[in-house]
Amino acid sequence: MEPKTKVNAENGRQDLTITREFDLPVELLFKAYAEPEIIEQWMSNPYSTTKLMKFEGKDHGSYRMETTGPQGNVAFRANGVIHRFTENKKIIRTFEMEGTPYGVQLEVYEFEPLGEDSSRLNMHVIYESGTQRDEVLKLPFAQGINMAHNRIEEILGKK
Amino acid sequence: MNLRRDVFQAIADPTRRAILTLVATQAMTAGAIAANFDTARPTVSKHLQILTECELLTQEQSGREIYYHLNPNKMKEIADFIEPFRKMWDARFNKLEAIMKNYKTKK
Repeated sequence: MEPKTKVNAENGRQDLTITREFDLPVELLFKAYAEPEIIEQWMSNPYSTTKLMKFEGKDHGSYRMETTGPQGNVAFRANGVIHRFTENKKIIRTFEMEGTPYGVQLEVYEFEPLGEDSSRLNMHVIYESGTQRDEVLKLPFAQGINMAHNRIEEILGKK
Repeated sequence: MNLRRDVFQAIADPTRRAILTLVATQAMTAGAIAANFDTARPTVSKHLQILTECELLTQEQSGREIYYHLNPNKMKEIADFIEPFRKMWDARFNKLEAIMKNYKTKK
């Protein structure tokens, strides 16, 4: 079976694309990126909680988020500016993890309707350099994200 | 982790990627590999050394010659390194989808 989420990261480049098809109308998919409470829900998992300290979903807006671990310790904070926020179509924003060497990334989100109840998200992420991109790609290794944890989360989500 | 990082630094270089492509089909000596590049022989030797240290290439002595082979297992490891990142996003998107499906039925 073809995976639903695809990542294309070619060797020697400083960008990557992430695409995913959803069984959701494009309006609902966009809403998941526009409502702070909903963003917090899907960004969080049993092992980390994400809170939006600031979120201005509009052109020339900005955001700041904080992720805490299971003991309530702050794992990291991240922030960025929202360059463009076009409802049901497009978000252009920056993303930077505070106090880390990973630099800033430029993210372009395209929300594409496929049918009445299906849509596709195309993410294009551009890093400061190819080396930096590869470091970020390896983060899930470094943080030791356990695949079993993700699976438990998926099962809980589908009950 | 260090070794892994080295592998990615190794393939970040265009000449080293070209070397890997060359030896993908057949084992070659350093001389035969160098003949494909305009760069000085010591430069190519340095590239071969880095690729060997990262285990992307393996050396095989054949008489007086050393042949370089591609190590397909190590190459596969590179292809797989995106997988945890992809799985992380897949899990997030699965959750997003479940939340929004629920949101839809509640309305």
